[in-house]
Amino acid sequence: MNDPNEALVNAKTAADRITKTRRLNACLTPPKELRASLVQQAAMAHPSGVLYGMPVAVKDNICTLEFTTTCGSRILEGYRSPYEATAVARLKTAGALIAGKTNCDEFAMGSSTEHSAYGRAVHPHDKTRVPGGSSGGSAALVAAGVVPAALGSETGGSVRQPASFCGIVGIKPTYGRVSRYGLVAFGSSLDQIGVFGRSVHDAARVLSVISGRDARDATCEDRDPLRLPTVPESLQGFVIGVPREYFPSDLDPAVRRACDRAIRMMRDLGAAVREVSLPHTAYAVPTYYIIAPAEASSNLARYDGARYGPRFNGSSDVRALYRETRGQGFGPEVRRRILVGTYVLSSGYYDAYYRKAQQMRALIAQDFRNVFDRGVDLLFTPTTPTPAFKAGEKVTDPVAMYLSDIFTVTANLAGLPALSLPIGRIKGLPIGGQLIGQAFLEDEMLEAAYALERVVPAAGEV
Amino acid sequence: MASGWETVIGLETHVQLRTVSKMFCGCSTAFGAPPNTNVCPVCLGLPGALPAANEMAIKLALRAALALGCTVHAHSVFARKNYFYPDLPKGYQISQFEQPLSTDGSVTYLSPDRGLLSATIARLHLEEDAGKSLHDRFPRRTAVDLNRCGVPLIEIVTGPDFRSPQEARAYLLTLKQVLEYSGISDVDMEKGSLRVDANVSVRRLGETALGTKTEVKNINSFAYVEKALMVERDRQIALRESGGTVVQQTMLYDSKTNSVRAQRLKEESHDYRYFPDPDLPPLILSPEFIAEQQTALPELPARKRERFVAEYGLSLADAAVLTAERPVADYFEGVVRAGGADAKSAANWVMGEVLGDAKDHGEQLRVTPVALAQLIGLVKGGTLSHQAAKRVFADLAAHGGDPRAIAESLGLIQVGDTGVLAGWVSDVLGTHANEVSRYQKGETKLLQFFVGQVMKASRGKADPKLTQRLLEEKLTL
Repeated sequence: MNDPNEALVNAKTAADRITKTRRLNACLTPPKELRASLVQQAAMAHPSGVLYGMPVAVKDNICTLEFTTTCGSRILEGYRSPYEATAVARLKTAGALIAGKTNCDEFAMGSSTEHSAYGRAVHPHDKTRVPGGSSGGSAALVAAGVVPAALGSETGGSVRQPASFCGIVGIKPTYGRVSRYGLVAFGSSLDQIGVFGRSVHDAARVLSVISGRDARDATCEDRDPLRLPTVPESLQGFVIGVPREYFPSDLDPAVRRACDRAIRMMRDLGAAVREVSLPHTAYAVPTYYIIAPAEASSNLARYDGARYGPRFNGSSDVRALYRETRGQGFGPEVRRRILVGTYVLSSGYYDAYYRKAQQMRALIAQDFRNVFDRGVDLLFTPTTPTPAFKAGEKVTDPVAMYLSDIFTVTANLAGLPALSLPIGRIKGLPIGGQLIGQAFLEDEMLEAAYALERVVPAAGEV
Repeated sequence: MASGWETVIGLETHVQLRTVSKMFCGCSTAFGAPPNTNVCPVCLGLPGALPAANEMAIKLALRAALALGCTVHAHSVFARKNYFYPDLPKGYQISQFEQPLSTDGSVTYLSPDRGLLSATIARLHLEEDAGKSLHDRFPRRTAVDLNRCGVPLIEIVTGPDFRSPQEARAYLLTLKQVLEYSGISDVDMEKGSLRVDANVSVRRLGETALGTKTEVKNINSFAYVEKALMVERDRQIALRESGGTVVQQTMLYDSKTNSVRAQRLKEESHDYRYFPDPDLPPLILSPEFIAEQQTALPELPARKRERFVAEYGLSLADAAVLTAERPVADYFEGVVRAGGADAKSAANWVMGEVLGDAKDHGEQLRVTPVALAQLIGLVKGGTLSHQAAKRVFADLAAHGGDPRAIAESLGLIQVGDTGVLAGWVSDVLGTHANEVSRYQKGETKLLQFFVGQVMKASRGKADPKLTQRLLEEKLTL
C-alpha cells in the first residue's frame, strides 16, 4: 500500500519545480492554478493505483478537464474541453496527477516548439537552443527534473526528436496501441500519444497504463494493455539491424560516434548486429509532408469560430467569420500546412500527390516488413541528424526544419513502435539513439532499451 | 408538355436509417427534441473526439442494399467530404466515395406509361447527416440545430432511367414501400427521413446522347416530387425551344410558388476533396454477416404479391392492394391462417371493411384477424347475413369482443326456423295482394321484392335463401 501523503508531497514538489522553471516556458498552465489543481487531485488520487502520486505533465493537444486545451494555438485560446482524453482518464484512474499542460508547436506542427502561439519553449540545458518539438514543453519539463514523466504526441517524430534533444527517453507506441480519443487530431493516420520519462522504466510504466483497447477510437486495436518486460541480463538472441540509409555521409560526426558506441555495446551484450537497407527512406519526408498536411487540412476545418474558441470577426457574413478567424487564429506554419493539404487533395492533384504518397507509404512500410521478415528483431538508428539546434536557426526555413525529422517520420508512416534514449553528449548537448520495433512488439523494444540504458554512458561526452 | 421532347431523370435519395442512436456516437436520433439537446463531443465535432461506427446502421444499410438487389462490397471505405458550412461542425461529412458499400442494384416498379420497368441503382452508400440551418427562427440571423448531425443515412443513386416525372414518382413509391417493409427506414418525407434530389435533362425524341442536366434540390415532400420535376422539365424545354442552352447547375425548388431558381454559384462547393477517413478502418463485412442480414429481410412486396396470387388465387390487382403495406398483408394472412374464412372472402373483407375502417381511424387495424375470421365464418355458415355481419364488424371495431356474442346481443342471428319464417312470409303476402297477383301473372322478378319485404319485417334476421324458397312455394300454390 502506498503512503497516502505521498501524492500531496509530490504534488507540492512538482508545483514548486514548475514555478522555478518558468523561464523554460514549458508549462502553459499558470503556476497558481496548477498548484491548486495538483493539491486537489492529490486528495482524490487512488492510493492503490500503479502510478499513485506520480505527477505527469500533459501536452496541450490532449484534452483534460482540469485545464484548458489550446494546442498551442490562438484559435483555441481559453478552450476548456467538456470531456477528457482516454489516456488522461486512465492516468487518473491509476492514481497519477495531471501536472499541467505543456507548450507545443501549434497543433503539433513543428520540430522546435517555436511555432507556439504562447512563445517558444527553451532547452533546459542551453537557453539559446530549442528543446525540439512538437512536444518540446513535455520533454523540457521531464529533462529539467520537474516531473518524472509526461505525455506527448507524435505525428512525425514529435516525441522522439525532443526526447533526443533533451536527453531523456521518449516512446512512440505502435499505431493503435493507445487510444487517440481526446488527442486533438493533426494527421489522424499517423497521430499517436507517446510518453516521456527520465528512464525507460518511467516512460514504459506510463505507456502501459494508457495503452489498450478503447471502443471510442475505431483505430485503436482490440488488445490488452502493454505488459512490461523485465530487465534482461543480456541481448543474447537479439538481432539488431542497422539501416545504412540512416547513416548518411553528412551525419553529424558526434551523432555517428555515439551511435557506433551504442552499437558496439549492444554487440558486447550479445546482440547480433546486421547492416540492413530500407531503400525507400529518402521518400519518407516528402511522403509525410503530403499525407500529414492533407489530413490536417480536413482535421482543422472545424476551427471556424462558429461554435467554440475566439471569433476574430463580428461580421454577420459567415464567410468573413471563417476567413478572419482562421486567418488570424492560426499561425503561419499551420496555415502553410492547411494550404498544402488542401492543394494535394484537390481534384486534379489528388492522384499526383495524395494517392502517390499513399503508395509510397505502403512501400516504406514494406521496407520494414522485408527486414523484419529476414530475422531482424529491431532497428537501431540515430534519432536526429544533429543535437538540439539554436532557436531561430530553422524557423524561417521550413524544409530545413522538416529534415530534422528525417529519421523519425518513417516509424509513423509504417505505424511501428519506436523510442529514443540518450546515448551520449557532445559539448553538453544530448544525443539520442533510436530503436524501431515490430508492430505491437513494444516489449522486445523495451527489453533492448533497458539493456542498453544500463550500460551506455548517457551523460558522457563522445 | 411540348411534344417532340424526351425527359430523362435520375434520382438521388437520402434515407434515414431506423436506428436508436446516431451513426458515429451514442446520441439519440429521436425527431423533434429541443434544438441541440441530442448532441455529444463526437457529433459536435469537438477537438479530439472520434467516430465509432454504429453496427445497427451498418446492418440496416446492408439490408437495404440486399433488398434492392445490389452487389455488396465486402470491403468498403468511409470517406470525408470536405466543405465549410455552419451546420457541419467537423467541416466535413463522413460518407463513402470511391469504395461504396454497394453498387449495381435494381428496383422493379410500375411505370404509368410504360408498364413494369426496372430502375438501376448505380450505388447505395452509408453516410452521416448534417445539422439543420434555421433561417426563419431569428430575424436576419441563422440558427443551427445539430440534433440531426450524425444521424445515419443511406444515399441511393439511380441511373438516368426515368422518362417522366410520373415515372420518377412511381419509382419513389416503390422504393419507399421496400424500405418501409424491411424496417430499414420510416421513410417519412415530412420528418426528413426521406429526401430526394433529381438530375433532370431533356433531349429531342430520337436523340441518344443525354442533354445537359441540372440538379433539382429542396423537394421537401412527396406531393412536390412530380410538380418540381415538371417545372424543371418545362423550363428546360422552353429554354431549348427558344434557342437557349441548359446550363449545368443546381436548381432550388420553391413549393410556395411552384417554381425553381438557380442556386447562386457561391453557394455551390465545387471540390469536396474526398479522401478516405483515417479515423475509420475500412468496413469489412464477413460472408456470415451478409448472410445474416439477408435472412433478416422480410419477404418483399413484389415477391409477396406473386405469392398471394399463386397461393390464394387472388387477382393481381387484389394482391397488389393487400401487399402494399406490410401490416395489411400480415393482417390478411392472419385472417386466412385463423381458419374459417376462405381467402377470397378474407380479401374482400380486408379491402372493404377493414381498410375502410382503418382509413377513418388513423390507419389502425382495429378488429383482430381471429375475430374477422370468425365473423366471416358466421356468414359462410348462414348464421349471419352479410348486412348483419357489417353491423357486427362495426361493433367489433369499436368495442372488441366475440363476433357471435355481439351478433346475438344485437339480435342479428339469422332465423332459419321455417315456422317463424312462414309467419313473416304470410304477413308480407297478405299485405301485398296486388304484387302477388302481378307475380302470379308472370312478373316473377317481383320475388326479390318479397324477399326484401320479409327481410324488412324480420329486421334482417331472416335467412334469405330459406325465405326465397318459402316464398316460391307459397306463390306458386
